[in-house]
Amino acid sequence: MSERQITLEVLRYRPELDDEPVIQSYIVPVQEEWVVLDVLNYIKDNIDRTLSYRWSCHMSVCGSCGMVINNTPMLSCKAFVRDFPDTIRVEPLHNFPIERDLVVVLDDFMKKMTVVKPYLIPKEPVAEVDGTYKQTSGQLKRFKPYAMCINCLACYSVCPQYALNEGFVGPAALALAHRYNVDSRDQGRSVREDVVASNEGIWECTFVGACSEVCPKHVDPAAAIQQTKIASTMDYFMDKLLLGKKKSGGVVKQVEGGGA
Amino acid sequence: MTNRPYIRPMPNSWWLREGRYIRYMARELTCLFIGFYAFVLLVGIYRLSQGPETFDIFLAALWSQAGLLMNLAVFIMAVLHSVTWFNLTPKAMPIWIGDKQLPGWVIVGAHYGGWLVISVVALFIVGGL
Repeated sequence: MSERQITLEVLRYRPELDDEPVIQSYIVPVQEEWVVLDVLNYIKDNIDRTLSYRWSCHMSVCGSCGMVINNTPMLSCKAFVRDFPDTIRVEPLHNFPIERDLVVVLDDFMKKMTVVKPYLIPKEPVAEVDGTYKQTSGQLKRFKPYAMCINCLACYSVCPQYALNEGFVGPAALALAHRYNVDSRDQGRSVREDVVASNEGIWECTFVGACSEVCPKHVDPAAAIQQTKIASTMDYFMDKLLLGKKKSGGVVKQVEGGGA
Repeated sequence: MTNRPYIRPMPNSWWLREGRYIRYMARELTCLFIGFYAFVLLVGIYRLSQGPETFDIFLAALWSQAGLLMNLAVFIMAVLHSVTWFNLTPKAMPIWIGDKQLPGWVIVGAHYGGWLVISVVALFIVGGL
């Protein structure tokens, strides 16, 4: 069988050379089992060592190699070349500033991940003598899908609301907040609500649903956000209309930086 | 670090870039038709308050060619509106029975069932008048 050759078009940005990103094409001999990340590694090793991109595990675990391939954000380590035509276009994630080539600036997401307080906030911390937190398999099922996020940021790349308003907390961070809110060991929902239920939190989401369609780990951030909207609305009615009846999360003491 | 990151502009035509965005915008657009028809119904009630002759003129306008076309357009958009939102309901309100999650099709199906029942009741009331 003759060896297949593909053209990889890479959107490059070298700040010391380019005023704006430019397309550079590379012709690469590929093998049947290669993913797009292998093509990038081939280019880096054999054709152009100046090409910059992030990667680490090569097995859909680390989330570093998220990029836009033929207009859809995905993990380049999960994108098999055999599933694509002979010309493949690779771009950095949309909606993030480009640092260099396929590397984007992640500072904004890092900040947003922090403000949703992504750690257990128990009502009463379990004393060490009591051992670990106990949880049934059913309780685990409620939050496990939302705990699968690897921060590849495909969801932000495809979210028009994040593109139009960079203040939007965004899909992955809000899904992460939901992951803790529905965890039976956590009672910190009311603490997170200041950010999560603000205008730039869940209410900025208009349920485009693209985040869930592209998520390589099937996290379904769109579902998490809509469920949070319902919970937050219920809180509003409980608080405002039923004369200050406490929400299910209750008022808890904030445990800064507290973990399990 | 370059300290010269490049920010790509977002063109106003962003929603034409992908089929998923076009479908989303179409879904959002349906609400204008729903709102418009609610306004038409309000006008109908207002005309009714002005007496039977005025109301007959309103009804005649609905039965005109333009009125029928308007009704058809609103009906198509109302169906699109209902179907797209019904199909999203399992995401917004998953139902847990013990440790098991109710399948999405049951939740969507319950909405279609409710729609059917209300439609039949509405038709019965209208037909009974």
